[in-house]
Amino acid sequence: MIGYTVRRLLQVIPVFLGTTFLIFTVVFALPGDPIDAMGGGRQHVSESVKNELRQRYNLEDPIVVQYGKYMVNLAQGDLGQDFQGREVSSIIAKNWPTSIALGLTAWVIQILIGIPLGIWAALRRGRLPDKFVAVLTTLAFAVPVFVVGYVAQILLGVEWGWFPVAGVKAGWPTAFILPASVLAIMGLAATARLTRTSLIENLNTDYVRTATAKGISRSRVVMNHALRNSLIPVVTFLGIEFGALMGGAIIIEGIFNLPGLGNEIFKAIGAQNGPTVVGISTLLVIVFLLVNLIVDLLYAYLDPRIRHA
Amino acid sequence: MSGADNPSPLATKVDAGAARKAGPVTETPLLAIRDLVVAFQADGHETVAVRNVSFTILEGQTVALVGESGSGKSTTAAAINRLLAENGRIMGGTVLFEGRDLARASQRELMKVRGAGIGLVPQDPSSNLNPVIRIGDQIAEVLIAHGRAKGKAAKLRAIELLEMVGITDAARRYRQYPHEFSGGMRQRVLIAIGLACRPKLLIADEPTSALDVTVQRTVLDQLDELTRQMGTAVLLITHNLALAAERADQILVMNRGEIVEAGNTREILENPQHEYTRKLLEAAPSLASASTAHQVVANNTARGSSAQAGGVGVAVPADGPSATGSLPPAGVRGDDLVVVKDLTKIFNSRGVGGKVFTAVDGVSFSIPRGQTVSLVGESGSGKSTTANLILGLETVSAGSIAFDGTQLTTLRRRELFRLRRRMQPVFQNPYASLDPRFTIEDTITEPFRVHNLGTPASRRESVRTLLDQVALPSTVAKRLPHELSGGQRQRVAIARALALSPELVVLDEAVSALDVLVQAQILELLAGLQRDLGLSYLFISHDLAVVRMISHSLHVMQAGRIVESGTPGEIFRNPQVEYTKELLAAIPGAGLSAVSAMGSAE
Repeated sequence: MIGYTVRRLLQVIPVFLGTTFLIFTVVFALPGDPIDAMGGGRQHVSESVKNELRQRYNLEDPIVVQYGKYMVNLAQGDLGQDFQGREVSSIIAKNWPTSIALGLTAWVIQILIGIPLGIWAALRRGRLPDKFVAVLTTLAFAVPVFVVGYVAQILLGVEWGWFPVAGVKAGWPTAFILPASVLAIMGLAATARLTRTSLIENLNTDYVRTATAKGISRSRVVMNHALRNSLIPVVTFLGIEFGALMGGAIIIEGIFNLPGLGNEIFKAIGAQNGPTVVGISTLLVIVFLLVNLIVDLLYAYLDPRIRHA
Repeated sequence: MSGADNPSPLATKVDAGAARKAGPVTETPLLAIRDLVVAFQADGHETVAVRNVSFTILEGQTVALVGESGSGKSTTAAAINRLLAENGRIMGGTVLFEGRDLARASQRELMKVRGAGIGLVPQDPSSNLNPVIRIGDQIAEVLIAHGRAKGKAAKLRAIELLEMVGITDAARRYRQYPHEFSGGMRQRVLIAIGLACRPKLLIADEPTSALDVTVQRTVLDQLDELTRQMGTAVLLITHNLALAAERADQILVMNRGEIVEAGNTREILENPQHEYTRKLLEAAPSLASASTAHQVVANNTARGSSAQAGGVGVAVPADGPSATGSLPPAGVRGDDLVVVKDLTKIFNSRGVGGKVFTAVDGVSFSIPRGQTVSLVGESGSGKSTTANLILGLETVSAGSIAFDGTQLTTLRRRELFRLRRRMQPVFQNPYASLDPRFTIEDTITEPFRVHNLGTPASRRESVRTLLDQVALPSTVAKRLPHELSGGQRQRVAIARALALSPELVVLDEAVSALDVLVQAQILELLAGLQRDLGLSYLFISHDLAVVRMISHSLHVMQAGRIVESGTPGEIFRNPQVEYTKELLAAIPGAGLSAVSAMGSAE
């Protein structure tokens, strides 16, 4: 188990370097001069100021050197400043809590509703509950998130007034339930389907039949034998989903006017504010890699065959 | 006499067989199945899998249900404790167990009977234990479910059960997971689960067919011993008539969902009434092998000689080395196609520890043209690795392989590719070795495409010829593998191997997955092809009985080394090494042929 953990940790390093370099290159190799863009396209900033700025942000260096300098700073916990001179770390510190609250809430909704829904459908395979879940999840996949978002906002927020229409003034959980629910829908449907398929597959295995032959109750057979095996792929999916949800949600944050990372990165991309984009992305890469690491360790916990490999 | 029409003789003939068991014999049957009908629903159609099956099992009795795959024997067994697949249904009949009709019992009632009254030992040890639950907990679970023990006591009892089925270091083993157990040990665990609550009846569904012969024997002995001690009756489901004959008091022969013959084991062996039973007896390699071995081997020179009369025991000595020596077709004798010398394969396991494992350890043998050389041994003995080395599928660690004078070990990739045409493999599992999305024609012509030979028209023509050679109608060319039976698929695999007119065919457990009747047919086909095409075979098998039927010479492998070599006649008559003796003794029915020989001498 320790060997496995160490091996898995070492694998993180090249992946981290590869992805961050890719992000860095894509952001800074984009055509167009970010310093020119700062001036709003007008030419009233003098060349010397521009050069000074280019110097400060290492924009004159070759991309590899830029990346190297960035990594050295990052190792010291310094994410640098954006083109407006704000610390990227403080931008993140200000916006991230909102995204975390939103993502975590959505994630918990996915687990609490998606897994039971999948189990229900699997156990009633081919009958009404199964068909109901199939229709529901198809709808969830088919209807674009902004449609659901706006409809939910108008009905539940504006018409019936059950939830705040927008913003975070009401605090957690009141302000987050509606946007998190909308955000959760897609992953919830996927979780339900994956749970259903995986459970059905495991219900048809020999060891479930053998467990039944032992004379233990159906519910124990399902819970102890089939479900535990079925959850292995579901855990993987939920882990990746968690990583994705932590990164904020551009559309949902937009609709419900939540000051999260999604909103911030959207603005930064529009303004060609490279340091912000790279800073937030790098942070998300780290989170994603860590979450994946945890998922893999959890995986080993759930499946002893991996633990001993 | 048909058992289906007239099941009553079963109950009356019991005493002779039941005497073998120590348990008390009462006249009311433990299990009485009457007119059982089971059907499966698929695509709106209902297929009857079990038709009017009736039989009884008395307390402490062992009854074997014998038949080929698809005969309905496992379905019958599954119907007893109602473990039929979701689309299966009992359409009629009664299953009286201790006076209660299980065919109509509620789920709650069934729960009480399963595990406690009726134990189950399922077929495949690799898939019947939950991979994520500790071995011990899987045993303790039965005890807890039926209130036999709780908590600490359940754990201690489970450890006792592990010891009882012959697992050493049980306290530590309790905490391990299935993947840390060998196949034989897993099967022992399944036996422990089946017997944990000392049930009155144990259903053993092909309990050992996934295991090596020697392991098979010890596991079955263990099962016999334990059920005798507990006075548990056993319903043994098997495709192996020899194995059934050796273990059971009564035998029921099933074919196409019906019991075609039922009776005392000895009567069935000595005086089979139904034609199907007779066919099974003839095909069973270990029961009739002495005579069929003669036939199949003799096929090389005089094909189709009728079955010899004579006792089973008598035929063996006649099968001498001089007889086998004259077998290969004239003109190709004494010329070795393959010469293997000091062949060694070492595997390095990954990780920091860097443990090495010597799979093949200094093996030397040769394969003469037009002959069959067999490697026999249990799984892990290195026989398949040896085959893979010869086929160039693994790299050689040391030693040499000469194919028709060419050293394989020093060849470049291109040269090896050209040589591959001359040696072709046939693998064990005809379900896995054919691409499910390729039509049979695609499968057979793939070697031509790989080696860039022929035109589409000539390839189609070859397919017809090849199918004809393996005795398949040309209409199968357009079919997909799932439309064919196991035997037909194996014929396709052989046709594919023959496509490039190879000189050597490596048959890696090529008949092990097939039913006895099909197995006999394929062996005959192989012998015929060898005679007609002058093929050399390297035949890999764990089944000595089969090896005896087809080989000119054989090598017994153990732990990567050849421990004994000789002709089948020599080795069967006078094995030198302890391991070979063990292997021979482990053939199901090995002890039985002596009995039946005695019987015919009387």
